Amino acid sequence: MRKLKQILAPLAVAAIVVAVWWIAVVASKSVIFPTPLQVVTGTLDLAREGTLWSHIGSSLFRVGTGFLLAVAVGVPLGLLMGWVGSAFAMLNPIVQILRPISPIAWIPIAILWFGVGDLSPIFLIFLSSVFPTIVQTAAAVHTIERKYIWAAENFGVSRSKLFLQVVIPAALPQIIVGMRVSLGVAWLVVVAAEMIALRSGLGYMIIDSRNAGNRYDLVVAGMVIIGLTGLMLDGAMRRLERLKAVRWRYAR
Amino acid sequence: MHAKIALKDIKKSFPTEKGLLHVIGGIDFTVAEGEFVAIVGPSGCGKTTLLNIVAGFDRPDQGHVAVDGAPRNGPSPKGIVISQRGSVFPWLTVQQNLMFGLDGRRPDRKALADYYASVVGLTGFEKGYPHELSGGMLKRVELARALVVKPEILYMDEPLAALDALTGLQMRIELLRILAVERHTCLLITHDVEEAIHMADRIIVLSPRPTTIQATFDVPFPHPRRLASPELVKIKASILREFGL
Repeated sequence: MRKLKQILAPLAVAAIVVAVWWIAVVASKSVIFPTPLQVVTGTLDLAREGTLWSHIGSSLFRVGTGFLLAVAVGVPLGLLMGWVGSAFAMLNPIVQILRPISPIAWIPIAILWFGVGDLSPIFLIFLSSVFPTIVQTAAAVHTIERKYIWAAENFGVSRSKLFLQVVIPAALPQIIVGMRVSLGVAWLVVVAAEMIALRSGLGYMIIDSRNAGNRYDLVVAGMVIIGLTGLMLDGAMRRLERLKAVRWRYAR
Repeated sequence: MHAKIALKDIKKSFPTEKGLLHVIGGIDFTVAEGEFVAIVGPSGCGKTTLLNIVAGFDRPDQGHVAVDGAPRNGPSPKGIVISQRGSVFPWLTVQQNLMFGLDGRRPDRKALADYYASVVGLTGFEKGYPHELSGGMLKRVELARALVVKPEILYMDEPLAALDALTGLQMRIELLRILAVERHTCLLITHDVEEAIHMADRIIVLSPRPTTIQATFDVPFPHPRRLASPELVKIKASILREFGL
């Protein structure tokens, strides 16, 4: 019963948003802006053709690759910066300088270096998600409670055991939060990156639909699918927070 | 014959915005092998700082600590700290916590962990995670994790203060039962005079900051002790008098 309520309440909000949208389109007599029904039929057409799935697939592939690269680089670097004071002093300034540069600003350079294939968006996604990962991982190590480090030192364990069995697991819950944020940013950026130059992906689909005959039903369809996919990606990341070895850090 | 623990003229101050804060103003005492010494003092008098110095987590500005006659340079598994805040690793199961201090190559580590789990009454909880346990059970995990490595000394910093009165008393009695068998040298920091009288062979009363030893009381009575016995009531009254009560 409580579970039902948890699903019903957000559904009700979504229904209200759709209703307001529908009424607004009908009331304004807009000929270009689509009604929810037109968006749904447009989406179904694309799904039947199969292009929808290939667009979603391309976008997910780019996000997945760029994000995993960012985790592979960002987590070890963040752990190093969090644990070794001199590494933090040396690397933090450059990280803080590069971090606020929007990945969009990198687009010309990405095209120059990697052309207009899959590599450019993967590079941009990597850039967008590697800095939040580094910063959050370093912060996670910095905020480890001293009592755990002391307890481990009290047992006279080796440096490697201290790092592998205390520092990393103690920081892991915050690292996962950082990964969730990074994946959200990555998904935000893939669409922008695909709008520039490419022949596939949800970003391309949106721009192409507008250019090829003002198909605003498909533009909105692309937006809705981006939102829903983002929701599912976040849901997948949240499953990581349910693991027993990290549950302790979260209040709920 | 060396004392197990010897403190010589320990002084410690901390820099603050208003200048140096003198916390420990010169403390000397020794603890014999197998002896149980309790240190009581007003809150904020530097009891925890003193214990951190003895256990090797902090350095004194002056003076030195010797354990078994050798100068103390940092923490070691010879003496394990059990603190009020508790430091059971929440990402490990009870059994993994108990095995943490043991060498990973020891073939008997699981058996040893399970033995001490049974000693403190944790049998059946080995696969559980700390956040699934009550405060009293967590204390048992911490105690068992310390006992597993067979330390010669137990440093206890208000170990039972975070528990409710009944659970605290229960744990105190269990601790005495375990100590009667394992015979560790114990240094207990507490603000609970009754706890000190119940457990210790000797009680050191500290003064307010900068703290020095104000008085020492011997408690030469066998266990199990009855807190209501006239001798213990008399010692309690004398200690409370030291605090002006």
